[in-house]
Amino acid sequence: MSTPIIEFKNVKKCFGETVIFSDFNFKVEENEIVSIIGPSGSGKSTLLRILMTLEGIDGGYINIAGESLWHMLWQGQYVPANNKHLHKMRNHLGMVFQHFNLFPHMTVKRNITEAPMRVKGISREEAEASAERLLQLVGLADKADSYPNDLSGGQKQRVGIARALAMKPSILLLDEITSALDPELVDEVLDVIRNLVKEESFTMLLVTHEMYFAREISDRVCFFDKGAIVEEGKPEAIFTQPQEERTKAFLNAYLGQ
Amino acid sequence: MEFGEIVSVLLQGAVVTIEIVAMALPLAIIMAFSFGLIRLYASAPFKQIAIFYIEFFRGTSALIQLYWIYFVLPFFGITIDAMTAAVVALGLNIGAYGTEVVRGAIQSVPKGQFEASIALNFTATQRLWRIIMPQALVNMIPPFGNLAIELVKATSLVSLITIGDLTFKAKSLADTTLQVGEIFGVVLVLYFVMAQCLMFFIKRLEKRLSKGLGRGGIHS
Repeated sequence: MSTPIIEFKNVKKCFGETVIFSDFNFKVEENEIVSIIGPSGSGKSTLLRILMTLEGIDGGYINIAGESLWHMLWQGQYVPANNKHLHKMRNHLGMVFQHFNLFPHMTVKRNITEAPMRVKGISREEAEASAERLLQLVGLADKADSYPNDLSGGQKQRVGIARALAMKPSILLLDEITSALDPELVDEVLDVIRNLVKEESFTMLLVTHEMYFAREISDRVCFFDKGAIVEEGKPEAIFTQPQEERTKAFLNAYLGQ
Repeated sequence: MEFGEIVSVLLQGAVVTIEIVAMALPLAIIMAFSFGLIRLYASAPFKQIAIFYIEFFRGTSALIQLYWIYFVLPFFGITIDAMTAAVVALGLNIGAYGTEVVRGAIQSVPKGQFEASIALNFTATQRLWRIIMPQALVNMIPPFGNLAIELVKATSLVSLITIGDLTFKAKSLADTTLQVGEIFGVVLVLYFVMAQCLMFFIKRLEKRLSKGLGRGGIHS
């Protein structure tokens, strides 16, 4: 087996007294789509936030494409990563947020072009051409010059996806991207992801409460509870024949079976 | 004394007042931004210096600060003219309040904005100046507007260190002519007009900066 693109080894994470992960191990292979489901407060989002370097870890190691995320080699020893190392590692990752977090003072187009231009040094022409393609992909070509506050929630989230994709991350993190949306807007966002994975292969890690979507899109589903993976496997297996009691209870409550 | 003469003398004073505001306001803004950012982002010893500056200038009387700079500093070998003393004292005083405005406005930008800018791998400097500050500036404008008007009114203190500003002219006119009603009536109007002019520019600035943000002038 090749090196996993994401690997958690004995990771520990606390918020003050609250222990989220005590000894967490987890792997994702390249081009694998993994859905994380589970009750709130189980550490699902924290997992993504640690990967995106929005939260630090209190122990253990995380490797991205074989290189340590939160540590770097210094004089033959692993020491906590500095900003430069984190900056380099973040190039692998892109994230779409539950609450979109679009930049309200920039047009849709600038939301998408700003980071490629300022961070990657791509020319304006190239960045704008790429933004146009991405807006086409998410079905918002006519909104390039709008401001985020003039868009619907579903449209905002599609811009959020385009903005993350513009940085060409090899790993895409989707943090409950439809949880803040009205029910009738959920599908327009999920359709974008469906089309995306049809056209290109992606490593994707998604935290979601859309069980049907998780079942349809994932290569693997992980059921999380209290900072640990209780059960994982092919979506069919998890959704039709869950083995663990906690998984069954969760799915029953969620799917109303 | 003719009413026209009174107005003309007072207008001379108003010009001095405007000069002081025009110089003290930029100083206050520079102080507010530099110490506001130090307060938020610098290492501990610099933060302590910023806190000392803020607490000292907020916690003591502006008039006494003015007296110190103009009357007491010469005893330590630092002599500055009245106009400079006025600008420095008022600029530092209003700047201390402005520091908290800058800090509060930056902190009021939603955390998600900061997180999105990390996820897109902006550097710390880019995060501050391209993402956070443009949004924070809009939040700063109304409280800065208040401070600018406070500054206009606080300039009347400089009449006590021999500067011929609007208040100074008014008092000396009143002492010699005893036409207090007309004189202080005109003074009130002049301060009011100055404050209104300032507010006019602040409103326009707010409109310009709030593009896309859906608050401030745009949707009102």
